[in-house]
Order: sequence, then structure tokens, then C-alpha cells
Amino acid sequence: MKQADALNQAGTLAELGTLGVLLAVARRDLLLALRRKSEVMTVLFFFVIVVSLFPLGIGPEMALLRIIAPGVLWVAALLAAMLSLNRLFAADYADGTLEQMVLSPAPLGLLVIGKILAHWLVTGLPLVLIAPLLGLQYDLDGRALGVLMLSLLIGTPLLSLIGAIGAALTLGVRGGGVLLSLLTLPLYIPALIFGAGAVEADISGLGATGHLSLLAALLALACFFAPWATTAGLRIALE
Amino acid sequence: MSNKIIHWFKYGSPQSFYPLAGKMIPWFWALAAIFCVAGLWIGFFVAPTDATQGEAYRIIFIHVPASWMSMFLYIVMACWAGIGLSLNTRLSSMMASAIAPTGAMFAFLSLWTGALWGKPMWGTWWVWDARLTSELILLFLYLGFMALQAAIDEPRRADKAGAILALVGVVNVPIIYFSVKWWNTLHQGASISMSKAPTMAITMLWGMLVMALAFWMYSIAVALQRARAIMLERERHTDWVKYAVE
Amino acid sequence: MLTAINLACVRGDRHLFANLGFTLEPGGRLHVTGENGSGKTSLLRILCGLSPPESGQIHWQGEPIRGLGDEYRKAVLYLGHHNAIKEELTALENLRTTAALAGIAVADEEGVALLGRVGLAGREDLPVRFLSQGQKRRVALSRLLWSPAPLWILDEPFVALDTAAVSWLAEIVGAHLDRGGMAVLTSHQEVNIASGIAQFLRITP
Repeated sequence: MKQADALNQAGTLAELGTLGVLLAVARRDLLLALRRKSEVMTVLFFFVIVVSLFPLGIGPEMALLRIIAPGVLWVAALLAAMLSLNRLFAADYADGTLEQMVLSPAPLGLLVIGKILAHWLVTGLPLVLIAPLLGLQYDLDGRALGVLMLSLLIGTPLLSLIGAIGAALTLGVRGGGVLLSLLTLPLYIPALIFGAGAVEADISGLGATGHLSLLAALLALACFFAPWATTAGLRIALE
Repeated sequence: MSNKIIHWFKYGSPQSFYPLAGKMIPWFWALAAIFCVAGLWIGFFVAPTDATQGEAYRIIFIHVPASWMSMFLYIVMACWAGIGLSLNTRLSSMMASAIAPTGAMFAFLSLWTGALWGKPMWGTWWVWDARLTSELILLFLYLGFMALQAAIDEPRRADKAGAILALVGVVNVPIIYFSVKWWNTLHQGASISMSKAPTMAITMLWGMLVMALAFWMYSIAVALQRARAIMLERERHTDWVKYAVE
Repeated sequence: MLTAINLACVRGDRHLFANLGFTLEPGGRLHVTGENGSGKTSLLRILCGLSPPESGQIHWQGEPIRGLGDEYRKAVLYLGHHNAIKEELTALENLRTTAALAGIAVADEEGVALLGRVGLAGREDLPVRFLSQGQKRRVALSRLLWSPAPLWILDEPFVALDTAAVSWLAEIVGAHLDRGGMAVLTSHQEVNIASGIAQFLRITP
């Protein structure tokens, strides 16, 4: 490293640790989201409008709405997460930032985790926060609303992680958007089953712990596996 | 020692695999036909009529082996794709792409025969039974794999991207199956289960096994044939293809 | 020392080049020339490890780059066709995040000083989308000022720059070579780099 030091023209610049690089990537993406607020709002508004459409299509019977509420809210969250995935890597791919990420001395997996973290904070967390409000439209009681929030809190990061794989694989591919949903939605099914199932189980008095722990187990598995698959996908896209 | 290894790897290259596969294909077709006739004969003439389900149950001689094959082929496909990704062998990736349509066909066949079976049994074309639902998701996974490969022009990139998707899929298939099963047992509405097959007579099992063998042979024959076509297309600029086509 | 041995590259059905080799010593620069579509960019991407060559090896300090991993990535600076900057961010924010990606922390005042050196004094806090094409390129080129990487791989670095900026950049590259650095570059225009041992590599099919 002597040579590198000799070549450091500024001389005084400090090195960042790997965690520092991860945080820098996340901070940059959050800053970008802040500058293009409309994109964030679109996803949130999409979630709200899809959930509000169901009673109009089915009828305002509260007994029925209570039954379908967990499924509707979760499917809408799934679709909203889908909608935002397209942009996860596309801009970085188009402007050459992704090349610099692959060439960064920090492990690409860490940078990807930083990006997914920012993506979740920007698109996943707002869904979690607004979900109880929409749950009220479906006459869910306080406990069920709490379980709904908790299931989304565990589930939306899972959606971001799995979705990142699809986003990486369809990068720069013809018809990427539609293809992305074809690839990702089947992989979302376990999250949907356990997430919506948790709320249902709570409403029917069975207790949501089992569902929630399975959802958390899936999240742990995805944390381990998804960044690997995503990095592999990104490297292939850049070759 | 090293001689032998080189000799084996010889068949890993398309130009030596191409004629070998060409010689093997007719044999697999013949075996497929023989097993198919035998299996159908057992299924239609030897196996006894079921006490509760009558003659309609005989569709399981197609339905069950088709379901087996569709799941098994996904694993085989993922294995080839994984080998292609890690060892960078062209032939393995071509085999993965060649297997996918056959697997999708069997998944579709399984769904179709399931619907045909469901109608006389429960008066409905579709039941949200755990196995049928998993099979439907498996079909989606196959379609996703094929769509991804079709959307990428550069064959190498298509191979690698498809391989990652197949590997992700193979990790997910048990999770999906388990979660769908869990979902199914929690909802009383779908208490009808395809998995409750009629009490199995030993001849029925034989019939299904022979049919599964027939499907095996068919899959190998078709996959080899498709792999040959993919080889010709991808290597159309090389000398051996010009020679092989002439 | 960077060594390329028997490199070959295939894109789709086209064989771009084969049996390409060179050795680049400290203080040396390699000018890659060739017609449009001859594979200059492909070669540069192979050299920095973005895409694998069809066949052949690349060695850095005598070791194949495949096995070096982050050690090689630390040693390389790649400047591609794209500027790798974000239109919504200011020049300073862009500089700081690009540096962070390379694992280097740049404080605000250091960043302002660096931007001053690329001729963007007073425009540090303007979103990059308000800058001209040449000014955007300068933001991207500011990486050359803080990077400790000994090997610079520059794809058309002079594009969109005015004459003053071109000679400034030639000086920067020259100073890098004087310090014992290395550079691989492509360029359509004649550029006067005073220092370093020059090699020329023309890619022919």
C-alpha cells in the first residue's frame, strides 16, 4: 500500500470503513429520494388507491370487508413494492454509477444492502405506517391493526430483498418492468401467505405468533441469500 | 490419469456432444413409446375400477407422473444451470434452457389433468388444493425462467441470469410448497384434497411408475433434441456447425 | 505492473480481437486506438475487471486479477463513457458520494477545494443538472484529484472538454505518470501528454 500512499495527491484524505461505505450509499439514495419526492408519493398513493378500490368493487358490507382486509392490504402492499422495484438499480445502471459500485473496493454485497435499506426506508416503511389508517376502512380492531403493522414491518423488508434479485436480473432487459413482476411475484407468495395469515389468525383468535415467526425466519434467510443473488445478477448485467 | 479426464470432458463440448446426442435420441423416443403403451395398457385395462371414483380416476396415470416430472425437471434444470454458472460450461447451460419448456409442459399437463379430474369428482374445475396451487406456482416459475432467457439477446448473459433465477427458484420451491400447505390447512373451505388419492392397488402404482418412466424417456429425448437445435443456433458461425449441417 | 496475455473478446457473434497482449510498467501510458466498434471500450472494461475476457489473462503485479479481488479494485480507477454522477445532487454531494464508493472520506472543505481545482469554484452547491455537458465531465474528472489508485483506465476522457480543460487534464495525467502511476486511455483527438513512456495499441479485427 506504500505505492498507493505515495500516489495520494491530497495526502490527508481519510479512508472509510466498509460500514461507512454502506451508510454512504444508503444516505445518497435517501438524499435522491428526498429530491424526487413525487416518486415516493406515487408508490404510497398507489397503495392507498388500490386498497380503497376493493370495497367499491365488492360492496360496503363490513362483515365481508373484515374478512378480506388482511389479504387485500397485503396484496396491495405487494403490488406497491413491485411498482417501486424498477427504479432500484435502473438509474445507477444508466448513469454509470453501478459500474463504480462493482469496482468499489468495498464488497458489492454491502453496497447492495445499503441500497436495499434505503429502498425499504423510502417505499416500505411508509406502507407500514399508513396501513393502520387503511385497516380502519375495513373495520379492523386495534389488536388486528397492530398485528397488521407488525407483519408489514417484518414483511416489507423481505419484499425489498427478494425484489432486488428480480430488479438486478431484469436490468436493461427488453420489457423489464413486466418481466420483473413475472419473476418476482411467485417468489412473494410465502411472504403473502404468512403476512396476511398472521392478521387473519389474530382476527380468528388463533394467535399470530406462529405466522410472524415464520415470516421473520424468511426475512433472516433472505438477508443471507438475496444480497448474494442480487450481486451476481448485477455483475452479469454489467458484463 | 489426466488422459481419462480429458477424454470425459470431450463430451462437454458441443461439437462432440452434437453427433452423440443425435445417435441417442431415437433410442429414447423408442423407449418412451414402449413405456407409454405399457403404462397406458396397465392404466386402462389392468388396473381395477375404483369403488368410489369409478373410471374417472384413471387420469391419475397421467396426472401424478406429470406432477412428479414437472417438479423433478425443475431441480434437474437448476442443477444444469448451476453447473453452467459455476464451471462456465456452455453445454450445461444449453441443457438447462432445453429442459425448461418440457418442465413447463408437464406442469401445465398436471394442472389440466387435475382440472379434468376435479370436475367429475367435486363438480368444479379448480380447487385451491395445496398440490394444485404449488403446481400453478411452479408453472409460473418455469414461465419466468423462459421469459427472462427470451428477453436477453446475449446468450451468455441469458444463461447466467437464468441460472441465478433457477437457483433462487430451487431454494424457494420447498418454502413455497410448505407455505401453501400451511395456508391450505388453515382454511377450512378447501378441505377437498387432491392428495387423497384412491386407496392404491399395487397395479395402480405400477401403472404410474411405468408412465413416469415413459415421461422420463420422452423428456430426455425432447431435451436432447432441443439442446441440439440451441447448439446449432448459437454456434452457427463455427466450422463444426457448417460441417454438421451439410 | 499490468500485464495482459493473449486477450480475446467476443460480443454476440462478433470476434472483436484475439491474441492481444501488452505490459505496462510504472510511469507508462497505453493509448488504445481503433475504429468505432473495434472493441476499445470492451478492452478497457475487461482490463478493469468488469467483464471477463473470452480467453487470456490479466496480471497485476504478477498476480492474476481474478484472485486479487478488492486489492485490484483499490488499485484501479475507471472512468467510463458515463459520468457516474447524479443530476439531482450537487457537484459537492456527487464528489463526496463517489469518493465514499471508493472508500475515501472527503470533508466538505476538501471537496470545495478539489472542485475549485477542476474549475467549478462557486458551483459546488448547484444541482448538477444545471451544469453544462463539459462541466458535468469536470465533476466526473474530479475523481482524478483524490484517487490513490496507481492504475487509471480512462475511456475517452477528453470528450466534451474545451481546449483549456484538455491541456489541464493532460497535465494531471502527466503528473500521475511522473509519480509512478500508469494510465490506459482511448481518445479520438490528438493529446499532448508530456511525460511517461507511451505505447500505442491499435485494435484490428
